[in-house]
Amino acid sequence: MGVMKRVSLVFKAKANKALDKMEDPRETLDYSYQRQLEMLTKVRRGVADVATSRKRVELQMNQLQQSSTKLEDQARKALGMGREDLAREALSRKASSQSQLNDLQVQYAQLQAEEEKLTVASQRLQAKVDAFRTRKETIKATYTAAEAQTRINEAFSGISEEMGDVGQAIQRAEDKTAQMQARAGAIDELLASGALDDALGGHRDDIQSELDAISAGSDVESELSRLRGEIASGQPKQLGAGANGGQAPGQAPTAQQQQSQTPQYGGQPAALPASDYPVDDVEGGAGA
Amino acid sequence: MIVRILGEGQFSVPDELSADLDRLDGDLEAAVERGDEPTFRAALNSLLSTVRERGTEAPADSLEPSELILPHEGSSMDEVRQLLTDDGVSHT
Repeated sequence: MGVMKRVSLVFKAKANKALDKMEDPRETLDYSYQRQLEMLTKVRRGVADVATSRKRVELQMNQLQQSSTKLEDQARKALGMGREDLAREALSRKASSQSQLNDLQVQYAQLQAEEEKLTVASQRLQAKVDAFRTRKETIKATYTAAEAQTRINEAFSGISEEMGDVGQAIQRAEDKTAQMQARAGAIDELLASGALDDALGGHRDDIQSELDAISAGSDVESELSRLRGEIASGQPKQLGAGANGGQAPGQAPTAQQQQSQTPQYGGQPAALPASDYPVDDVEGGAGA
Repeated sequence: MIVRILGEGQFSVPDELSADLDRLDGDLEAAVERGDEPTFRAALNSLLSTVRERGTEAPADSLEPSELILPHEGSSMDEVRQLLTDDGVSHT
């Protein structure tokens, strides 16, 4: 018989079964109309649910995009500091973030398509429900219960087919949304865990902490070197002068002293115990 | 004749397409019975594009039932099997 014919018979059988339950066929009209209105509400809710899901995916796509940009930035900084290991780590996280992003783009397109389909379906159902309401009033006004039967059957099987179709479409959209929400939940967890980049939440991620530690370390190193330089030259300096990079323009005599020490300052760290900070080779001041 | 594509609505299709649709539908049915995914996919896609391209969308406010109903685009074979047995209506 063919698939298409058989499916249409299945739909018709469903409609007939529902009709058979009614004693007065005209009751069917009002009952069915109520069901149609419920279905319309359901489709509209379905559209809203898909839209919510789509917006969530959109939000995650933005977060992943930010994460990628930030990781690339970190990689650049790390390379600038001579830390290729850190740069590699940042780039590998960026790749993972990027692959999640590509995945989400596909999901986003699917949700968008689903949303459009359901929107069109709800418009179609609305048109049919309006047509049914008009038909229903005509039938009730014009025909006796017995006469009405054929006309009711016609109107009913048409709307019932539409309802069956829309019902399945909502079901498919719900299944798809549920799948996406499970994946969205997984991505939220991934983002929150910092596996990609947890700086998004406002707190620092480990790559950033290490980069900060390097910078902080180099500040401490240069301060240390400066103080060592001062001690070696037997000239205790005011902290304020040191903070200005060893220049104290307000105090002419000390400023001269300071300048005379400059070569010694540069050579000093080599004579001292090596630092634990991995930063010596990166930082421009103390080592170079 | 009125043909519905599930998820897309009804199309009014010229009667002379009946033979083409029947042939493709036969392929589709045989493929579902054999579990032959490539043939199933090809037949379903041909049916869908024939109805979309050669048919015209039926008016949205029509209450006319469809003579033929096509599974939605991207249906799996399982989904089609389920359509055929839905509500206890068997393969008759």
